[in-house]
Amino acid sequence: MRTYIIKRVLALIPTLIFATLIVFFLIRMIPGHVIDLMLSQQDISADKVTRQKIEHELGLDAPVHIQYLRWVSGVVLRGDLGRSLWRQTEVWKDIKTRIPVTAELALMSLMISLLVAIPVGVYAAVRQDTMLDYIGRTVSILGIAVPYFWLGTLVMIYPALWWGWSPSVELIPFRENPLGNIKMFLVPAVILGLFMSAVTMRMTRAMMLEVLRHDYIRTAWAKGAPEKIVIIRHALKNALIPVVTLVGIQVPTLVGGTIVIEQIFSLPGIGLLMYDAVLQRDYSVISGLMLFIGLIVLLINLLVDLSYGWIDPKVRYK
Amino acid sequence: MSEKLLEIRDLHTYFWTENGWVKAVNGVSFDLWKGETLGIVGESGCGKSVTALSILRLIPNPPGRILKGEIIFEGRDLLQLSDEEMLRVRGNRISMVFQEPMTSLNPVLTVGRQVGEPLELHRGASIKGALRVAIELLKKTRIPAAENRATDYPHQFSGGMRQRAMIAMGLGCEPGLIIADEPTTALDVTVQAQLLDLMKSLTRDLSASLMIITHNLGVVARYADRVNVMYAGKIVETGTAHDIYEDTRHPYTLGLMASVPKIDQDVKAKLVPIEGQPPDLAHLPEGCSFYPRCTFAVEKCSKEVPPLETVGGIHQKACWIDVRK
Ligand SMILES: Nc1ncnc2c1ncn2[C@@H]1O[C@H](COP(=O)(O)OP(=O)(O)OP(=O)(O)O)[C@@H](O)[C@H]1O
Ligand SMILES: [Mg+2]
Repeated sequence: MRTYIIKRVLALIPTLIFATLIVFFLIRMIPGHVIDLMLSQQDISADKVTRQKIEHELGLDAPVHIQYLRWVSGVVLRGDLGRSLWRQTEVWKDIKTRIPVTAELALMSLMISLLVAIPVGVYAAVRQDTMLDYIGRTVSILGIAVPYFWLGTLVMIYPALWWGWSPSVELIPFRENPLGNIKMFLVPAVILGLFMSAVTMRMTRAMMLEVLRHDYIRTAWAKGAPEKIVIIRHALKNALIPVVTLVGIQVPTLVGGTIVIEQIFSLPGIGLLMYDAVLQRDYSVISGLMLFIGLIVLLINLLVDLSYGWIDPKVRYK
Repeated sequence: MSEKLLEIRDLHTYFWTENGWVKAVNGVSFDLWKGETLGIVGESGCGKSVTALSILRLIPNPPGRILKGEIIFEGRDLLQLSDEEMLRVRGNRISMVFQEPMTSLNPVLTVGRQVGEPLELHRGASIKGALRVAIELLKKTRIPAAENRATDYPHQFSGGMRQRAMIAMGLGCEPGLIIADEPTTALDVTVQAQLLDLMKSLTRDLSASLMIITHNLGVVARYADRVNVMYAGKIVETGTAHDIYEDTRHPYTLGLMASVPKIDQDVKAKLVPIEGQPPDLAHLPEGCSFYPRCTFAVEKCSKEVPPLETVGGIHQKACWIDVRK
């Protein structure tokens, strides 16, 4: 088990190198160089000398591959993700202060999505072709078809127009006002969570229908198990094995979703940091963020894989 | 013989399909006495499993339905019980050992948990308490190192061991009736014989009745006191094992004897399959269901359904012809 984990963690390294490499070069190919943006904002007429001076100060005059090697060696040798080109703040510190917001949003969304998807999926399978099954399926198709950013925007605009209500723009820290904090995250988390629950619900329903046909379910009935035990103890755990995979696959969706939702609801999380950094072409922030997000996604996937060992006894890591 | 444990009267279990009602069990009546071993034989699809599942009311609905009949077990008609009352019969008074040892155990629960589960459900045992009993049951079914194996998962068991675990699972609540639906077909002949011996002796210890469902007349000859031969959802011949073997009265039973290897038969003995296919259960022929395949058939067979008639003692047959001539 331990060697398995070590092997898996080591296997992350090439993936991460590859991912950062791509981002590092791609971001520099987007039209609108960071220096141009800086100069245009500061209203300095860009004479060549100032330009070169700034470029040199920021280390952007070196060839791209040298910049990359410098950055990588900083990461590896000093654990240093670099500094923001605009603010000169440490990228890692910028990220760190924003982790709680994004983590809270992502976890809440994930929890909401599972709390909706699994019971509804199970219910729809067990009471197949009843009214509730149809409602569940219709809503889940809507969930797949309706983009969450559209829904998010509607939620921002219409309540404000109709009732003068709008989500708080100021971040309410959990420690100061837990209820207010949860309330603030609830609407964006529900939107993202419901969006993700659509696919999970369909998968849960399909897997439950499949599992309920198995002989061991008949065995459970024949023992005199009541429906609740047949479904929860005997069917659900089997049905959840592929659902866990799906949740793993959804992690990038979740990350992408938080970026968009944070932007819509102005939640100062990692997503908003990313959004601003891309607009400003803050190359070092983007690279640092990509490394960080990539690492998180890969680690979560590792956790998902490890959880098979717990949920499916046939999987044992050697 | 002693008391009646089970009395089935005129059972009809049909399945609704695109082709109409599939008459899987079509007017079956028989009795089962306390402590007796009853064999039910017949070709694939003749309604053996559906009969057994009907007793436990485990027919999937839809498409299946028990349209009519009575299943009187320990003095109560199971078909009249509420769902809750039925839960207390299943796995408690009647247990079932299923045919496919590979797929009948839950892959994500330990064998010990599954074997002990009836005690959790019916005796209010804790998980731990049930596990202790499960280990005893696994020992009874001669699973080596039962203490250690109880925490294994089904995929860590061989086919024969899983079958033993299935048997153990059926014993925990000391049921009055154990139904073994073809417990052994997937296994080789020696294992098969061992398991049936085991099952027979374990049910004898509990003074329970045993219902063995099989294709194999050899099994029936060796283990059953009484035999029902089924064809197309009906019992066509019934009697003691001796009656069925030594004084066969139905052409279908004769065909079965020639077509199925017996456990103690020389492997080189010639097997003669019965010609033709069993009828479509949604469109049964008029008259006797077996007449299209019957070498004895006469005019009357295609017109009138033969009733089950006594030929002597408890020996009955449903045939217009006297096959001894
Ligand atoms: N769920 C179902 N839906 C439709 N038809 C069914 C269903 N279950 C059983 N049947 C039909 O009922 C008939 C009897 O099936 P049953 O399982 O009792 O046969 P069997 O005698 O046990 O055969 P085998 O020896 O192969 O187990 C079959 O013709 C089958 O097509
Ligand atoms: Mg069967």
